[in-house]
Amino acid sequence: MLKQIEGSHAMAEAIALCRPEVICAYPITPQTHIVEGLSAMVRDGHLTGCEFINVESEFAALSVAIGSSAAGARTYTATASQGLLFMMEAVYNASGLGLPIVMTLGNRAIGAPINIWNDHSDAMSVRDAGWIMLFAETNQEAVDLHIQAFKLAEELSCPVMVNVDGFILTHAVERVDIPDPEQVDAFLPPFDPVQVLDPASPMSMGAMVGPDAFMEVRYLAHHKQMQALDRIPEIAAEFKAAFGRESGGLIRCYRCDDADTIVVAMGSVVGTLKDMVDTRRAAGDRIGVVSIGAFRPFPLEEVRNALMGARRVVVLEKALAVGMGGILASHVRMALRGHPNRVYTLIAGLGGRPILQPSLNAFMDRVAAEPHYDVHFLDLREDVVEAEIARMAAERRSGPIAENVLRRVAALGQMMLPDAAVTGDRP
Amino acid sequence: MFQIRFHGRGGQGVVTAAEMLSVAAFLEGRHAQAFPSFGSERTGAPVVSFCRIDDTEIRTREPILVPDAVIVQDPTLFHSVDVFQGLPDSGYVLINTSADYKTLHIDGVMGRFPPGHARTVPASEIARVHVGRPLPNAALLGGFAAVTGQIHMDSVAEAIRRTFPGPVGEANVRAAWAAYEHCRS
Repeated sequence: MLKQIEGSHAMAEAIALCRPEVICAYPITPQTHIVEGLSAMVRDGHLTGCEFINVESEFAALSVAIGSSAAGARTYTATASQGLLFMMEAVYNASGLGLPIVMTLGNRAIGAPINIWNDHSDAMSVRDAGWIMLFAETNQEAVDLHIQAFKLAEELSCPVMVNVDGFILTHAVERVDIPDPEQVDAFLPPFDPVQVLDPASPMSMGAMVGPDAFMEVRYLAHHKQMQALDRIPEIAAEFKAAFGRESGGLIRCYRCDDADTIVVAMGSVVGTLKDMVDTRRAAGDRIGVVSIGAFRPFPLEEVRNALMGARRVVVLEKALAVGMGGILASHVRMALRGHPNRVYTLIAGLGGRPILQPSLNAFMDRVAAEPHYDVHFLDLREDVVEAEIARMAAERRSGPIAENVLRRVAALGQMMLPDAAVTGDRP
Repeated sequence: MFQIRFHGRGGQGVVTAAEMLSVAAFLEGRHAQAFPSFGSERTGAPVVSFCRIDDTEIRTREPILVPDAVIVQDPTLFHSVDVFQGLPDSGYVLINTSADYKTLHIDGVMGRFPPGHARTVPASEIARVHVGRPLPNAALLGGFAAVTGQIHMDSVAEAIRRTFPGPVGEANVRAAWAAYEHCRS
């Protein structure tokens, strides 16, 4: 049924359609509306057969999820940013134990400095924690990915994280097709656990594993994710057959045939990039976009095949590996090892900085000339950082950086947007 | 694509206004995207929200920097926020006030818009009469329908009813109709 609905509420409805038996979560912006919606559905009897457990922290939330999943209950939780960090030990335990929990991550920056807005720092902080990690481009896809996530998680007995851009998706009201309960029931069979804690048939989970067996357990976790490389596109195809729409999959290419330049990105910014591609294509630029739908497992082969023919690859990412540069870009370079493509890292949208087409266009124009630099920060206020670097060099007790930058930005004026954006210039 | 930016203060229903407008467009079978300015909103603090309406899928996730219309829910914002930023001369402006442009010190700016594109409507007072509280958002949507012709008033009314079921919704619908008539006259 088509609805004009807030992304968070659409996701809550989709999760309810998956008939979770235990939901436990601790509220944190920008994920809160999802679990608020679910708690209301449990309370008003909309969602039956489900226990909503209030917990005192994110660490407790995922710990409860681990317990309920181990007991054989379909289990869901959600978090963001610092909340994910607070549950970190349990994040590794959930995957290490092979428990098919589905968790939404309302992607948000990580402090300090504290920032509630969107980027992918939180997701990148758990990129090696053993979870399958999917990214949604739209709220429709966010809905669809949750339904696919339970199927994938339970088949492989591996936790799945559905990443949705905080605010940009979670707080956007737009058209979403909410599936019928019968459709979801037909697509998603009841949870049939590969391991279950049952007093009638006692067994242990979570053994201490020494040097003689640890490597093998880890190898099998990797093996599961390699299996997911096959199952993710298969499940997306099954989803399309059942629901009639393309959602999910490992990667998606947009106007990449014959492209000289391909932009690689994850999440909602792909929508903006598609508009940019159409505009530039109309002006004769051969450019396309590859959307990474699955970051874990990382589809090296699919990414290589999609990008091989492009002279230039721009990896736009909403995270920064401090002291290194791009994270997704490193993955893309790994996929393209041995190939001569030029790969550029474009760090954009950190801490919620808007990613604007005029700025993207200006960068694409510069990339066409194939400069030698590697990492570029979109719309970085160079006047601010240069001045701050000079001041730090001149004064020993230069003080806290965040406060200094805030003062300087205020003094130079609030305007963080390029003039071209405000005057509406288009290349 | 038609893009609308709402300016107001926390507590005036700025975010809800954009959402209701998107629902009205949805009811007409159109694509619409409403979203807030993603701040940590506090009562009384300047708040911005956005709505895009189009006949095809809306893909961009940018904030609206070049709006086709600006709705100002609080005329005291002119002192602190450049609500006209990016608005072209062909754009539409709707301001919730009973004062004239000169009193608000915006007569210079308002002069650049074509006849009929810039209007004021005492939406808070209309709301006080019909709803009993000076919440201007629903009334302003009625004014928006009249000034821009981008949406039918019936769709606005239905969107208000869906957002606020019951007597509160009906009162807001009456306020929206009153503002609609005010702006058509």
